[in-house]
Amino acid sequence: MGVGIEVTNLNAWYGANHTLQDINLNIPANHATALIGPSGCGKSTFVRCLNRMHETNPIARVTGSVRIGDLDIYAEAKPVEIRRRVGMVFQRPNPFPTMSIYDNVAAGLKLNGYKNRRSLDEIVENSLKNSALWDEVKDDLKKKSGASLSGGQQQRLCIARALAVDPEVLLMDEPASALDPVSTSKIEDLIFQLKAQYTIVIVTHNMQQAARVAEKTGFFLNGRMVEFDSTHKIFTNPSDKRTEDYITGRFG
Amino acid sequence: MSTNSFPLRSRLRTVTDHAVTGLTILATVVVVTPLVAIFAYLVYKGASSLNLAFFTQIPKPVGVAGGGMANAIVGSAILLAIASAIGVPIGIGGGVFLAEFGRGTKLANAVRFTADVLNGVPSIVMGLAIYALIVIPQKHFSALSGGVALGIMMIPTVCRTTEEMLMMVPHAVREAALGLGVPNWRSVLSITVKTASPGIITGCMLAFARVAGETAPLLFTALGNDFWSSSLNQPIAALPLQIYVYALSPYDDWHRLAWAGSLVLIVLIVLAVSLVRYVTSRGVLKGAS
Repeated sequence: MGVGIEVTNLNAWYGANHTLQDINLNIPANHATALIGPSGCGKSTFVRCLNRMHETNPIARVTGSVRIGDLDIYAEAKPVEIRRRVGMVFQRPNPFPTMSIYDNVAAGLKLNGYKNRRSLDEIVENSLKNSALWDEVKDDLKKKSGASLSGGQQQRLCIARALAVDPEVLLMDEPASALDPVSTSKIEDLIFQLKAQYTIVIVTHNMQQAARVAEKTGFFLNGRMVEFDSTHKIFTNPSDKRTEDYITGRFG
Repeated sequence: MSTNSFPLRSRLRTVTDHAVTGLTILATVVVVTPLVAIFAYLVYKGASSLNLAFFTQIPKPVGVAGGGMANAIVGSAILLAIASAIGVPIGIGGGVFLAEFGRGTKLANAVRFTADVLNGVPSIVMGLAIYALIVIPQKHFSALSGGVALGIMMIPTVCRTTEEMLMMVPHAVREAALGLGVPNWRSVLSITVKTASPGIITGCMLAFARVAGETAPLLFTALGNDFWSSSLNQPIAALPLQIYVYALSPYDDWHRLAWAGSLVLIVLIVLAVSLVRYVTSRGVLKGAS
């Protein structure tokens, strides 16, 4: 089951660049939350702070606290433990090119030392079913490379790979921006189904997409969170003038 | 622009296209010709001296008919096995350090510089160095010292190609592994190195083929041996050494054996490289890049 996320006074820097400033936000469990805003506003940095992926960049620095469920991820856990609980899907599909479809999905478990073959088969099947890819790949699981699939299939493979480690939260950083409309709508349907089991945070440039999939929406601008509210309110009656300007297309 | 300048330019483009295509074909021919010529000449000069005895007998004294290079073939195999056991792991380890763990550090820059310098050290100097470091303290020539000399010569090539190949693995692939909660060291070994492995294997094969034909580093280390020996502590025969000795001799039948030995050396290198390629390419999946 998904858990809520509580962000308090989060600040982030890349070198001297203060990319996130005083972010406070409560992301509800088992809902989809969309983050919108113009390029470079800090939304990608923000989701990368939720699983400590930003630390893979040596010049990055963070202050403040993030609680995922009842775990303070900066004070009480190691990055690798958090990343198993908080899965991530990236902007461009990034399957492991030398691995079969099966091994791609099983990678997170295998590389962390999980060895039970029979239940691995089951986990792979369930993950592929949950990511709506099973029917398309079930005959080539071990024969074809993950890289041989189409872009949209690759992205669903990456979602299956993230689901296989059984996370509580799923972060999606513009998961459909490199995909065609048909693949995009499949991913959106998927987000709809997945939020019953996971807490989903999705970064998107596409405001219709935010409106379609998310209950809550946050608007980021220049490293600050301008407004966070129900998606309906953000798109019909925003409290902040800047949010209104952005969603009506006056800038960004 | 006048209306008929377009067909003119189009004709010019067609001519340029053909010219450049022709030049690339010419370049290919120039590259391949020496290889084919050398191989054809070796077959012409050497094939007639090849017989079963060549592969089963040890050298006979001058004037005695027959004799072969069986001991040199086995000796080369032993020397190259020692060399690979030293050069491949150290080289790959160094390359992984340069590309993954030490990137941008002073130590990495020093290692990279050292590898490049080592790559430029003449092979005869490498032989002398190992002579001073191993042969003199041991007070005798040995297969081990020859293997070490060849192994050290393999390190820089393997190291730098490993580094280059790892740098070519897309950042997105590393991120995918880290995002699954895989520790960095595990991600490097199981994902990055595995993704780059075809290129790394090519680097190892290049280094292997290069040292397989080296004579100079073996002159004061492995020394050569006219008899059977598989002891690592004794001087050992090697194909390049045997070819060197036979080619410089004044005897015609030794010259013929030297040609045959050269042919066998080249064929064995090609076979070894092809075998490794075949074995490592098995199980590669459809559509894997």
